[in-house]
Amino acid sequence: MRGVIVRISGPVVEAEGMTGAQMHEMVTVGKENLRGEVIRIEKDHAVIQVYESTSGLRPGEEVKGTGKPLSVELGPGLIGNIFDGTQRPLQVLAERAGVFIRRGINVPALPRDKKWHFTPKVKVNDAVYGGDIIGVVEESGLIEHRILVPPNIQGKISEIADEGEYTVEEWIAKVRMGDETRIIRMFHTWPVRRPRPYKRRLTPKIPLITGQRVIDTFFPIAKGGTASIPGGFGTGKTITQQQLAKWSDADVIIYVGCGERGNEMVDILLSFPKLVDPRSGRSLMERTILIANTSNMPVSAREASIYTGVTIGEYYRDMGYHVALMADSTSRWAEALREISGRLEEMPAEEGYPSYLPTRLGEFYERAGVVETLGSESRIGSLSIIGAVSPPGGDFSEPVTTHTKRFTRAFWALDKELADARHYPAINWIQSYSEYVDEVSEWWIENVDKEWRRYRSEAMRILQREDELKEIVKLVGPEALPDRERLILEVARILRVAFLQQNALDPIDTYSAPIKQFKMLKIIIDFYYGAQKIIEMGVPIFKITQIPLISDIMRMKSEIPNDKIELLDELYLRVKASLSELEKSLR
Amino acid sequence: MSIVKPEYLGVSRISGPIIVVDGVSGVGFDEVVEVITPSGEVRKGRVLEVERGKAIVQVFEGTEGLSLSETRVRFLGEPLKVPVSMDMLGRVMNSLAEPIDGNPKPIAEDLRDVNGSPLNPVAREYPRDFIQTGISVIDCMCSLVRGQKLPIFSAAGLPHNLLAAQIARQAEIGGEEDFYIVFAAMGIKHDEAVFFRRRFEEGGALKRTAMFINLAEDPVMERIITPRTALTLAEYLAFEQEAHVLVILTDMTSYCEALREISASLEEVPSRKGYPGYMYSDLASIYERAGRIHGKNGSLTQMPILTMPNDDITHPIPDLTGYITEGQIVLDRELYNRGVYPPVNVLISLSRLMKDGIGKGKTREDHADVASQLYAAYAECNELRSLASIMGEEALSQRDRAYLRFGDEFEMRFINQGVDEDRSIEKTLEIAWDLLSILPREELTRIHREYLDKYLRT
Ligand SMILES: Nc1ncnc2c1ncn2[C@@H]1O[C@H](COP(=O)(O)OP(=O)(O)OP(=O)(O)O)[C@@H](O)[C@H]1O
Ligand SMILES: [Mg+2]
Repeated sequence: MRGVIVRISGPVVEAEGMTGAQMHEMVTVGKENLRGEVIRIEKDHAVIQVYESTSGLRPGEEVKGTGKPLSVELGPGLIGNIFDGTQRPLQVLAERAGVFIRRGINVPALPRDKKWHFTPKVKVNDAVYGGDIIGVVEESGLIEHRILVPPNIQGKISEIADEGEYTVEEWIAKVRMGDETRIIRMFHTWPVRRPRPYKRRLTPKIPLITGQRVIDTFFPIAKGGTASIPGGFGTGKTITQQQLAKWSDADVIIYVGCGERGNEMVDILLSFPKLVDPRSGRSLMERTILIANTSNMPVSAREASIYTGVTIGEYYRDMGYHVALMADSTSRWAEALREISGRLEEMPAEEGYPSYLPTRLGEFYERAGVVETLGSESRIGSLSIIGAVSPPGGDFSEPVTTHTKRFTRAFWALDKELADARHYPAINWIQSYSEYVDEVSEWWIENVDKEWRRYRSEAMRILQREDELKEIVKLVGPEALPDRERLILEVARILRVAFLQQNALDPIDTYSAPIKQFKMLKIIIDFYYGAQKIIEMGVPIFKITQIPLISDIMRMKSEIPNDKIELLDELYLRVKASLSELEKSLR
Repeated sequence: MSIVKPEYLGVSRISGPIIVVDGVSGVGFDEVVEVITPSGEVRKGRVLEVERGKAIVQVFEGTEGLSLSETRVRFLGEPLKVPVSMDMLGRVMNSLAEPIDGNPKPIAEDLRDVNGSPLNPVAREYPRDFIQTGISVIDCMCSLVRGQKLPIFSAAGLPHNLLAAQIARQAEIGGEEDFYIVFAAMGIKHDEAVFFRRRFEEGGALKRTAMFINLAEDPVMERIITPRTALTLAEYLAFEQEAHVLVILTDMTSYCEALREISASLEEVPSRKGYPGYMYSDLASIYERAGRIHGKNGSLTQMPILTMPNDDITHPIPDLTGYITEGQIVLDRELYNRGVYPPVNVLISLSRLMKDGIGKGKTREDHADVASQLYAAYAECNELRSLASIMGEEALSQRDRAYLRFGDEFEMRFINQGVDEDRSIEKTLEIAWDLLSILPREELTRIHREYLDKYLRT
């Protein structure tokens, strides 16, 4: 199919003579073969969003169909790589075109010349189904890439490649499907807007351990779950997302920089290879895939980047991995939708956003989940999605935040005032919530401590009480409160500073193992119980606040590393001892 | 190129800065046009939208004096290009890089697309070299690094110009390497432009400075081009001549207002406060031109200045800027009224690139801890201040009173400094430790014990 451009308005191009075009079909536009996607069809007229700059494009230039929807390549070579929103490998682009991004350069996502060591896992005449593992490739030191039978293929293996070195384009298996023979290569393509199939969904129950105390202990996310991080500029969305990308106990991390800063992507590119995965001792880059469509790159590719990321995520999920995807920021994606919609002169709904915004958001977060994968041997895989939201003016009542809230089950509300006071992560403990607490409790009880739930609730209660008491203090001053309540204020302060605040830049504090989190919490809460008891016996509050050990409690997060947990037990005993001394002095 | 460009006589519509030309063919999106007024004056413009037989054109110098029948339009077949050259240093130019200082046109070393191209993220070098501005509050608490984009959020009547000029003058980048200033003024008053020129002159920086001026009385639409022209030169200086360049863009608020005006004349669906929905992307296409490139010596540091309408930081202009830049320095009217210069509100100010630009071997080992402790202590002080204002200071504990005293001295001795005072980072940290000694040692939990032992005075 070949059409002709009749109108150009920014990234949106209209063409006629497009009879036969399909919705979401990839097309090439103009003399420079810019890449675009059909987003509306009326008779022989098609509207196309172009993924590259349209500067200089003229009416009369040609539009050619490719017959295929916008798709990504799935196969070895994804891990450790960085792609733009439509999966162009940025490293290769830089080699070919220099430091600035040039348009009209079409490079395949996966390297064609690289050979991978393939080890077959099936034999001739084996029956295979979509999702079955045909063989494996060591993609990185951390990831064994399982070559899957694409979802739409099933039959008998008629040929299988021997163990050896192959490029992604060579055939590695042939499957007889009826009277057809289908060739299987190490990669296949998949349309980004179509969720990949699985057998069935399971309930997320295992926490995604992030090493961030306020998240894991108070507002956890489960593997296969969804979370959103809304917050005004500079409140810590990116740092939180990066912390999760660094320390989460997922197998594969997909980090989508959607309409954000170029330097943030470089930061990841430079720092991840040097960071060591606490579980495997390997470089974090060996499990990470980056998708970068920075704010100065074309806006329609920003829209695609989210889908590119999530499709790659589903693919690794289908191999039986736990995948976590961070999207920073989904607001920029929504704005891209709005901009395109505006150019199409669609009827705007709230704040200029198209009326289908909630549907799109919902569809995106629906692609998260724990699933039993396709294939004759069942595997469990999960895809967790954590989306940053950038509300204008930091106002959470705007459409993207409110709709996102409906589709995500953990809500980490970043608070400008906390960020201004350098309380990081600035996750507001009153406004945030997680619907996974019940589900993940079991894991904590089995793996960490049977009293986890009780300590967590007590801490939450103290923080909530503080919130109420602060209102009173504003009116009458702290002196007017009984010591019992002043103790709550003091303990809440310790909780905030010693537990909730967590410095991403401190080499020890940056990651807290679950056991460390629990022991820290226990020290604080048991300190509270002890102090409460002696206050009831008549010890004045200032005797408590003057206990020198409080400053050790304040420092435990950055002074006690994860592999020296016994120091926390020691501190626990010292705190106990110093309270009983106070108690004794009373008698 | 001496190919004759097609010229069209007559336009079918004039609305605000926009004209519609019918009957055209072969016109490309985004290309430059020359609009010839009935009186023979030539103005520049740009194709905003093109259909078969019809082009919508934005005229930079405005549509005043144009008529439907007698206006002629020439399409130049390429995007807007501006000259770049080392000779532009020491010169004053308009938005299209034409000299307005009465001297001859600098010889162009190259012609470049004013919009630049997006940098491939993998080609970027992460900015991590500290720039000493000599201003304590900036150097210690929101440190500037080479290649950063760090705006000043100000408001009418606050001394942002003074501060920007002081930074430009004192910024000690490297020393032996080349350091240039590119200054772009959008819609500022004549006096302000003169002020900057004089300040650069006094500091001996004028010959290292290129100025692009669009004054308040100049055509509004040109403002869309001014920062881009300036950045095109800055990129040339930074990435071709490998110099360190500081770009000052003022006032971004006037720029955004011009953007809103175009959007309104195109009858686009507005987003917040009438500003177009694509303002984020548009601003990003300016701010993201800051940075460093892997393998090159130069750097392009941006310091945009904007005035917050009604002192409102949630207004779309500061808001969208804050979402793109790598921090912000926010000026505060209340501090200013109390005579503090520079009146920087440290709590809402931030430098995101500070973390990698400071510390051992760069500034000093204790820098990060000190900054973090100052922040925490000042935040605590502010909270206590509101309590004290209700109940009186006497109602507070000794600890709390120490915080109040800390806060007062922090503002008067640390933030406050002279307009010509150039403090070294050592000096700045010395003052900081002095202030921290007001607080009980147990309160200083954000500082490693070893630094307390080493630096804290008792
Ligand atoms: N956990 C943390 N530990 C230490 N510093 C933090 C932490 N979280 C945030 N910060 C500080 O806050 C700054 C801003 O954070 P970040 O860049 O993540 O904000 P953001 O919400 O992504 O902003 P934007 O919307 O503009 O991108 C960081 O540069 C860092 O200085
Ligand atoms: Mg961010």
